[in-house]
Amino acid sequence: MNILQTLRVAIHALLRNKLRSFLTTLGIIIGVSAVIAMVAIGEGAKARVEESFASMGSNLLVVLPGSTTTGGQRGGFGSLPTLTWDDLRAIRAEVPTVKYAAAQLRTNAQLVSEEQNWNTGVYGTSPEYFQIRNWPTALGSGMTDSDVESGAKVLFLGQTVVEKLFGANTDPVGQLVRIKNIPFEVKGVLERKGQSPMGQDYDDAVFMPLKAFQTKIQGGMQQYLAGVIYVGADSPATTAKAQQQITNLLRDRHHIKPGADDDFSIRNLTELASAQEQGTRTLTTLLASIAAVSLLVGGIGIMNIMLVSVTERTREIGVRMAVGANPAHILSQFLVEALTLSIAGGVVGVAFGLLGARRLAANFGWPVLIRPDIIVISVVFSGLVGVVFGLYPARKASLLDPIDALRFE
Amino acid sequence: MSASPALLQLDEVTKVYHMGDVDVHALRGVTLSIPEGEFIAIMGASGSGKSTLMNIIGCLDRPTGGRYLLAGEEVSTFDRYALARKRNEILGFVFQSFNLLSRTSAVENVELPLLYAGLKTSERHKRAGAALTRVGLGDRIDHHPNQMSGGQQQRVAIARAIVSNPRVILADEPTGNLDSQTSVEVMGIFQELRESGITVVLVTHEPDISAYAARVVTMKDGRVLSDQRQEPRRVPRAAAAGATTA
Repeated sequence: MNILQTLRVAIHALLRNKLRSFLTTLGIIIGVSAVIAMVAIGEGAKARVEESFASMGSNLLVVLPGSTTTGGQRGGFGSLPTLTWDDLRAIRAEVPTVKYAAAQLRTNAQLVSEEQNWNTGVYGTSPEYFQIRNWPTALGSGMTDSDVESGAKVLFLGQTVVEKLFGANTDPVGQLVRIKNIPFEVKGVLERKGQSPMGQDYDDAVFMPLKAFQTKIQGGMQQYLAGVIYVGADSPATTAKAQQQITNLLRDRHHIKPGADDDFSIRNLTELASAQEQGTRTLTTLLASIAAVSLLVGGIGIMNIMLVSVTERTREIGVRMAVGANPAHILSQFLVEALTLSIAGGVVGVAFGLLGARRLAANFGWPVLIRPDIIVISVVFSGLVGVVFGLYPARKASLLDPIDALRFE
Repeated sequence: MSASPALLQLDEVTKVYHMGDVDVHALRGVTLSIPEGEFIAIMGASGSGKSTLMNIIGCLDRPTGGRYLLAGEEVSTFDRYALARKRNEILGFVFQSFNLLSRTSAVENVELPLLYAGLKTSERHKRAGAALTRVGLGDRIDHHPNQMSGGQQQRVAIARAIVSNPRVILADEPTGNLDSQTSVEVMGIFQELRESGITVVLVTHEPDISAYAARVVTMKDGRVLSDQRQEPRRVPRAAAAGATTA
């Protein structure tokens, strides 16, 4: 009796009790589809986090000025401008792992076009900024050094601002936008960048050269840099090193004694990204283990039904033994039945899991990431569940005495 | 002991069951020699040991003492695998309660022994069909047991017993669940099988049924009480014809 014949006998036996077979398999179906769906969703969430961190710019460090302390009341970072333009130049010139460094000054202002107006964040910066943030220009041209030096009154718009001021799918290059009643010419439109990991819309912003910002928007030249410094390190690997080097440099420049607190702070967004990723991974692991437990419960269900089946079919076992089935035949028959149930459950579960993952991903607007290895592992694992939980009932059946089995009522 | 090699040879076979602290002596030394092609009935009251004897002859159980030679082989020391092979190759069983697999067609029931003999599907199907035709059910091969009368079910069981061309048919109260007319038909089939050279061992407590055998062994208290030859009662032609053509 070969495996194909055994399989046919097993399928025949299972089809004699269709509803029971289906209900038995249900545990495995639910378990496997949960595993598939959870992992797919987890991977999707992870990819989304990675995507949004990549959109912030890679190898990114943000240097923030320090806080004020007045009468015991401590302001937050940035409440006291401790960074100077010389600091920025020093970071650029003296830290070897720094590739780019750019100031970012920010304010909120009402923008007025011919037809519309819109309140948004207005940023003053320099061309390196767009390199650091990995943010190319979609229409018109990008910011140049001469724009900064000449103090040109030009604007670079984010996609959301374009939509609000000029309508979707329009080319506003060359148009005028007034800020504080000063006309600025739109020189470029930036590509769509999407959301920050915290849900902030990156595209709802306009950028202008530093000098124009300082003279026209902020007013007056200051010694202090009233904003933050964006730093792009050479590579993700050197980001932490760059952070350390900048810290040392600024402590030295600000004459901070050893042991005293920094009067600035540096945020490492790569660390934030990996922490976020760690979070989603933990979540995925948690969900997958819950799903694995339900698979285990499904396996116990199979064992339960197989035990009932062995008792119920004791006479059948007796007859099979009388006509020449040996213990191995009986063992393999019941084992293959359990295996068929569990693997069928696994396959159906994979189908449902993929379907479920697709639907959920569509709901959340996440990418669907199906890992083929998880599919294979799920099916193999459910097969394993079938073997482990089918072995005991099958062995019990094979050890029956043919005379007792034939006499069983 | 008989010098000529019998198909079934039991020498001083004993069987003791241990039930708690008590030993139950089911067989107390049975010596029996059954040559090939004989139709033998084993009679006796319940508890006489006839079922135990049947189980040992059928390789479903092993004797505690003595020797049992099946087709010249000492099978009393065989393991479960070897016994299963003997049951498959040499023996065929017919039971009182038919013991057909429910929700399984007649032909699939009959194929069962061939499945364990390792035959191909097409060969199994062909031989099962032939066996069913031989018992007069050639037109009912796809019927399920619950669509058949008791007599038809028992004929399916006989077809299952003969499908692997066994040398011995063991029938344990085969007419116990049948009416007298159907019983006669079934005995007719057994007589035909005997005529084709198959040894038939019939266990019954009904003298009406044992009358169809050529030899009657009566058991009592685990021993052979009597061993007599007789002129078997012939099945009326009409009933026998009914059995093979119905």
